[in-house]
Amino acid sequence: MSLAKPAMRGLLGKRLRFHLPIAFALSVVAAAAFKYGVTEPRKQAYADFYKQYDATKEFNNMREAGIFESVRPTGK
Amino acid sequence: MLRLTAGRVGCLLSRRAVVGMTNSGARMSSHSHHEVSDQVDMSQPMYWDRLDTPLPDRAWIDVLDSKDKSLKQKEKGPWTALSKEEKIALYRLKFNHTYPEMKKPSHEWKTVIGGMFIFFGITGLVVFWQGHYVYPPQPHTFGEEWQAKQIQRMLDMRVNPIEGFSAKWDYKNKQWK
Repeated sequence: MSLAKPAMRGLLGKRLRFHLPIAFALSVVAAAAFKYGVTEPRKQAYADFYKQYDATKEFNNMREAGIFESVRPTGK
Repeated sequence: MLRLTAGRVGCLLSRRAVVGMTNSGARMSSHSHHEVSDQVDMSQPMYWDRLDTPLPDRAWIDVLDSKDKSLKQKEKGPWTALSKEEKIALYRLKFNHTYPEMKKPSHEWKTVIGGMFIFFGITGLVVFWQGHYVYPPQPHTFGEEWQAKQIQRMLDMRVNPIEGFSAKWDYKNKQWK
């Protein structure tokens, strides 16, 4: 029974040559997915919110709801 | 056949699990000197069947009869002179199990999973009893009314109005979006 001699050297190099490009590509994909799935929508949500935001109106609504201690609701 | 004391401990484990445990440990075989007790003399070279350490400190069969001795003599010559059966016999002298025999699957997993579920069940009973007899009454802030008032106050304060809590509330129509 004569089998072929197995590979004795370069095993780590072979593994790295295979896995490192894949790891790099997957990392880039993960970063891109997070950027376009999470951060860009979040920036857009904030931009949209503040486009129509009236701070005084919101303050008055909150005041009427009675959550502040320094300014009571108008009336009493 | 001398065995490690661990092999003797049956407890609640199945016979197969016990055999599985001893198979992974060291074994004594055909050892020339007699032990007084069941203890293994750890100062002597030991034999083991391990996947990660292929060459133990001593061969499986130490005490050779005349047939084995003559085979060992023949082994000192050119190995091409050995027949297939002789090579296998030499292997079996040196080793107890082959790698496939070592790797043979056992039924131990059923014992493990079964034991796990038994302990999950016992723990579940303990947790249930604890919830009934040990826990103090819940804080008043857990009640339905209080929770409703809490949610209303959070909406009034505009908690997380952009992406979070209040963002999901429709302030015009006074309902959830």
